[in-house]
Amino acid sequence: MKVALFVPCYIDAFFPEVGVASLELLERLGVEVAYPLDQTCCGQPMANSGCEEDAAGTEALFVENFAGYDYVVGPSGSCVHHVRDHLTAIPQTDRVLAVRRNTYELVEFIHDVLKVREFPWAEFPHRVGLHVGCATLRGLREASISEVKQAPFSKPLALLSAVKGIQFVEPKRPDECCGFGGTFSVFEEPVSARMGQDKVNDHASAGAEVIVSPDMSCLMHQKGVAERLGLDVRFMHIAEVLNGARP
Amino acid sequence: MSTRDEILTRVRKNQPAARPLPEVPLFDAGRDASLATFASSLMRMGGKLVDAPGDSDLDALVARLYPEAKVIASATPEVSGNRPLGQLQRPADLEDVDVGIVRAVFGVAETGSVYLSEHEYQVNALGFLSQHLLVLLDPAAVVVNMHHAYRHPGFRTARYAVFMTGPSATADIEGILIHGAQGIRSLTIVPVPLPTR
Amino acid sequence: MKRIDHAEASSKFIEATDHAEFHDRRLWDLRKKRDRESESLPEWQELRGLASAIKEHTLTHLADYLEQFEAAAQANGIVVHWARDAAEHNQIVHELLAAHGVKTLVKAKSMLTEECDLRPFLENRGILVVETDLGERIQQLDDEPPSHIVVPAVHKLRTDVAEVFGRTIGTDPTNSDVHYLAESQRQNTRPHFVGAEAGMIGANFAVAETGTVVVCTNEGNADLSMHLPKLTIASIGIEKLIPRIEHLGVFIRMLSRNALGSPITQITSHFRAPRPGTEMHYVLVDNGRSERLGMEDFWYSLKCIRCGACMNTCPVYRRSGGLSYGATYSGPIGVIIDPTFNLRKYSNLPFASTLNGSCTNVCPVKINIHEQIYKWRQVIAERHQLPMVKREAMRMAGKVLASPKMYRLAVEAAAAGISHLPRTLIYNPFNAWGKQREVPGAAKQTFRQWYVANRGTKQ
Repeated sequence: MKVALFVPCYIDAFFPEVGVASLELLERLGVEVAYPLDQTCCGQPMANSGCEEDAAGTEALFVENFAGYDYVVGPSGSCVHHVRDHLTAIPQTDRVLAVRRNTYELVEFIHDVLKVREFPWAEFPHRVGLHVGCATLRGLREASISEVKQAPFSKPLALLSAVKGIQFVEPKRPDECCGFGGTFSVFEEPVSARMGQDKVNDHASAGAEVIVSPDMSCLMHQKGVAERLGLDVRFMHIAEVLNGARP
Repeated sequence: MSTRDEILTRVRKNQPAARPLPEVPLFDAGRDASLATFASSLMRMGGKLVDAPGDSDLDALVARLYPEAKVIASATPEVSGNRPLGQLQRPADLEDVDVGIVRAVFGVAETGSVYLSEHEYQVNALGFLSQHLLVLLDPAAVVVNMHHAYRHPGFRTARYAVFMTGPSATADIEGILIHGAQGIRSLTIVPVPLPTR
Repeated sequence: MKRIDHAEASSKFIEATDHAEFHDRRLWDLRKKRDRESESLPEWQELRGLASAIKEHTLTHLADYLEQFEAAAQANGIVVHWARDAAEHNQIVHELLAAHGVKTLVKAKSMLTEECDLRPFLENRGILVVETDLGERIQQLDDEPPSHIVVPAVHKLRTDVAEVFGRTIGTDPTNSDVHYLAESQRQNTRPHFVGAEAGMIGANFAVAETGTVVVCTNEGNADLSMHLPKLTIASIGIEKLIPRIEHLGVFIRMLSRNALGSPITQITSHFRAPRPGTEMHYVLVDNGRSERLGMEDFWYSLKCIRCGACMNTCPVYRRSGGLSYGATYSGPIGVIIDPTFNLRKYSNLPFASTLNGSCTNVCPVKINIHEQIYKWRQVIAERHQLPMVKREAMRMAGKVLASPKMYRLAVEAAAAGISHLPRTLIYNPFNAWGKQREVPGAAKQTFRQWYVANRGTKQ
């Protein structure tokens, strides 16, 4: 199984520890992971702004870096969702389609492909608010949603539940968007900030000590809001928790 | 080209490729058309159900239910009113009616609705200008749900047909529920079988 | 024409904290009520599928169904008019009213008439127009458009309504008891119903088979508008058509469940022919709908049954209010149809979204709303309607991210920049991110730098 690690641009730049945790976690699970050195970004920021044309070069570079691997695994639901659903600024050759098809979000990959449910090296005796970002939730369908009647399920929860000592809190609106939304966070700052405040307050009121998510972009936004509010809540990526890190 | 032709031409030109029309099931498996189910749906929507009087005296029932009522307009021969509907100059003459009385054709268990048309109302405004509406309903004339309800031939023949489900209502101000918005303040169903000829 | 600035308007909305909190709570409550209904019907998803399929079939055969509808209506004694746009609609309505010497028109809620801006057109020609739906009446008296298509005054608190009524219909401005306010509007409107020479409704559904217009209200104001005056008019958007009476079973079961979380509205009215001795008219309105029908990516928006469920679930709508969109249609459905009315004016609206997708999941007719929002962004960029700042930023980003070397330089510079710049330079009004959020701290090294240092460069 040839697996390549895709580290989204903002994780590369601001949260390298999430990339490190993802790599180490996959290796602990017995996967040999390559890291194509010329990768940059998936193209989502430009595409979501309507500028698909401007995303073309980035998307072509993505395919260059990741062609030929059986699996491309990245710790970011929104980036992976973009690759699987919207990497369309370049001609859709077989090579491109294969890369798109083989790109997985980290939790998806561990849950569905590796089928792992145990993380014996991890311990996390804390009250956790689990946040699943909207692309991961509704785009990649990694958990059930409150607006659709269905048997409840959650891939991130299934993995995290195995961690020794972990407890989960119940926020009032577990699957309401937190307001990051990419460039929305800048161009619609008032609503974005308000949504972020509501989200972190919801988790804090429910007793969360740490908010954990497979989506570092959401966490970046929530962390920024929480710090400005002076809330005593920490933020960690699910890869870090599953890899054995503590707050 | 007339506007009509212009619009139809543009619509024809722009219509996407044909999609098929689906069959609509009746969705009635395991559902009942009992008066009890009807009553529970009706009450959820703010309507009331009172027992038919044991002595069959509907006029006395009306007097008991609406002791303050001065103007009573009945569209059914089963109940006497004091405002004859056949002699109105105009529908707005019903403005001062306290209680309107009418017999519904059938009820719908799913929603607690009753079906009425201009045949039952005689004057349509009776169902909306009256302060209160009393509706006679044959308990045997309850259908399961809206799919069944829409099979009624009245939809092809009546000028006006309506499902009344409880009193008029609004929650437009702060979500606070008010009964008696513009129309009737209360709707009361009396389950009375159709009189035998 | 000036672009609507949703972000600016939303900022003001959010500042009024009591109002903003109530608005969000009230509409989230409607969303939860809708959820409960969806859970109580095992056939829920099947009904959504049927509603969507019936609408798609109708729209792809719309010309035939319009002709069938017109023929049936005419056979029933109804006069049918056609209006290509808002101006023609208003003209037709006015001519009818003028020909009958109408001084007062009572009307039920109709988003189409809002879209056509009918009221000022008539008022400027000396006709008193009385909105009879409570929410619409509040907004009319306050000279403000409705903010939500189902609950027009949802953004107002009872004290606001008391102030408006006190100023306009003579109630006690200090009495904000909701029952008092509702009763006051009932008493104030009733003489208008009784005295109006004409009544007007919109259409929730128009049934081709029988020429019937179906109106769903909770208040009974549509019926009062139709059963008293001698002249009645229904304004009908051409997309409101459905083929047969039996299809109402699907739509009536879905409309109020999705809008308000109740199985049906208090009154569901079917108008097929005029009362004897009276005149009834239909005005079929296009106003851009036939154009939209030809848009491969966007014609699905014509399926909309105006339930408002998308607005109630939308976290952006709940925190910014319908008025911040500057259009008759707001929220998710608004952002995908408003650009067809005026691309430039509404070019910001598709960006007033996080693309979270819950709107698509709640839509009873399965409109792929969030996908259309994404596609509109592409259209707006292609037609050069993006603000210059954004356009340039994306062009730059596209170049940098397409080049590994340029990317590495930029990322390493950003990390360095954040760690060395003073707070005042980072947190200033030009840095929107930093207005209410801390900027992420600088990392000691990028992931790539860590990888190269710890794992080498062998592939």
